[in-house]
Amino acid sequence: MSANFVALAYLLAAVLFILALKGLSSPVSAQRGNLFGMIGMAIAVLTTLTITQNITYIILAIAVGGVIGAVVAKRIEMTAMPELVAAMHSLVGLAAVLIAISAFYNPVAYGIAQPGFFSQAIPPLHLSSRIELFIGAFIGAITFTGSIIAFGKLSGKLGNKPLRFGGQHWVNLLLGVAMIGFGIAFCITPAWTPFLIMLALALLLGVLLIMPIGGADMPVVVSMLNAYSGFAAAGIGFTLNNNMLIIAGALVGSSGTILSYIMCRAMNRSIINVIFGGFGEGVAAEDVGAAVQKIYRSGSAEDAAFMMSNADSVIIVPGYGLAVARAQHAINEMSTLLMQQGVKVRYAIHPVAGRMPGHMNVLLAEAEVPYEQVEEMDEINNEFADTDVVLVIGANDVVNPAAKTDPASPIYGMPILEAHKARTILVVKRSMATGYAGLDNELFYLDKSMMIFGDAKKVVEDVIKSLQH
Amino acid sequence: MGVDPIVTNLTVFVLAIVVGYHVVWNVTPALHTPLMAVTNAVSGIIIVGAMLAAGPVQIDVGTVLGLLAVMLAAVNVFGGFLVTQRMLGMFRKKNK
Repeated sequence: MSANFVALAYLLAAVLFILALKGLSSPVSAQRGNLFGMIGMAIAVLTTLTITQNITYIILAIAVGGVIGAVVAKRIEMTAMPELVAAMHSLVGLAAVLIAISAFYNPVAYGIAQPGFFSQAIPPLHLSSRIELFIGAFIGAITFTGSIIAFGKLSGKLGNKPLRFGGQHWVNLLLGVAMIGFGIAFCITPAWTPFLIMLALALLLGVLLIMPIGGADMPVVVSMLNAYSGFAAAGIGFTLNNNMLIIAGALVGSSGTILSYIMCRAMNRSIINVIFGGFGEGVAAEDVGAAVQKIYRSGSAEDAAFMMSNADSVIIVPGYGLAVARAQHAINEMSTLLMQQGVKVRYAIHPVAGRMPGHMNVLLAEAEVPYEQVEEMDEINNEFADTDVVLVIGANDVVNPAAKTDPASPIYGMPILEAHKARTILVVKRSMATGYAGLDNELFYLDKSMMIFGDAKKVVEDVIKSLQH
Repeated sequence: MGVDPIVTNLTVFVLAIVVGYHVVWNVTPALHTPLMAVTNAVSGIIIVGAMLAAGPVQIDVGTVLGLLAVMLAAVNVFGGFLVTQRMLGMFRKKNK
């Protein structure tokens, strides 16, 4: 097939990828968008098959990988999406590293060096190809090991605690400088030794960069590695002078970058702060107030059912604790019952309610909560003041008024759901224990607040029982 | 005077970043998880590079690494698109 035709087919695929992302502007157009993405990928792969050899092996490899991917996609639990996404980032990173090694091993196959170099000790790569190879390889390597660590933390295999040691930033800086040094050495003299040392340093750096981050910062890490995986693909696109790879990689890269920014903004933190600073650990919960026994009201599930069924409007604020207790289906049943009794029920989602961007929306969607009922923070914050009952369930820091009122609070400035403005606040919690940030929450001690202690699912089921009477 | 390919590549890259910026800000926050899953699939486009690596007739270290990369990228392509499809199927309207 002519090179021009291949390039045009790749252009078509790139446009389809843009349309795939564009479709996600609404749930109505999203499925069609995903279909565009699949068609684009099929065009890209089939076109490439016409210009390579070893087609049998390649198809076999696609089949093996495809079956694994399909099985995982079918079986994965929605609560485990962050792990899956992290695992997939690591695959892209590893693939980028393998391709970079392969390209350096056999540059002729990629048209980035003239045939006949085998007689020479050093492949005669162009300087620009060397630079591109270096960049593609190191981003891929950092993505690979960084994502493995993120996967380990998210799946609980590594423990979610940030791991630190003294002088860590200096070690990282030293490793980074050394990596770039060997990279430059490779660009000057393209030999295996500096290339492999550079790769090894990048792999190590990936581990060390992600190790110290944990806890509430994981959504940022996942988004950041999403961006890296895109840039790794784009880096390989540069190496191979393939515009489609560059476009697709750049799209993923900007998507991950924007998501990281949105997550940071939702926690009122800078990306620098996430990478270098600690949070959710070490900040010894201040003992202020511990001396004074603060007074709170507690009630039963029956009380909650009574108050909600007599309300005109209820807003449910779900947090990740809801998913941990597997109470999503029960909460949908409860809100359906309330709506049948003429109560207006909506859900208010904080951007960091789940463990990755948009996670809570997917968990509610899985429980068949209609998406018209689910509102984002900016849409619903003005409505709390006109709301009779807010039910906070499995959430804590995202409704802490200290973020607005107490400049001394570590979460001061973080945007919150303004649940405290509602007429009555019901809080379902296991105990008075603090949330991720280790902070006490003034909301619980308001006169108009009522605590309902217990497992989220059990409480909601009890509410359902009393609503049915 | 010819333009070095790296400059052409950079042109395409920067334009694609600009397009990505505008498209992604329009994605509704409710669909940020599916967005991430579908970008997983899209970054599986690296499969094209892997296929080229696996392409040369002579089987050697380079082609074997290429085939391995093809397999890894295929996991992303299939897994990413299918799990996105599955999630999007969950977002439904009331009274469906």
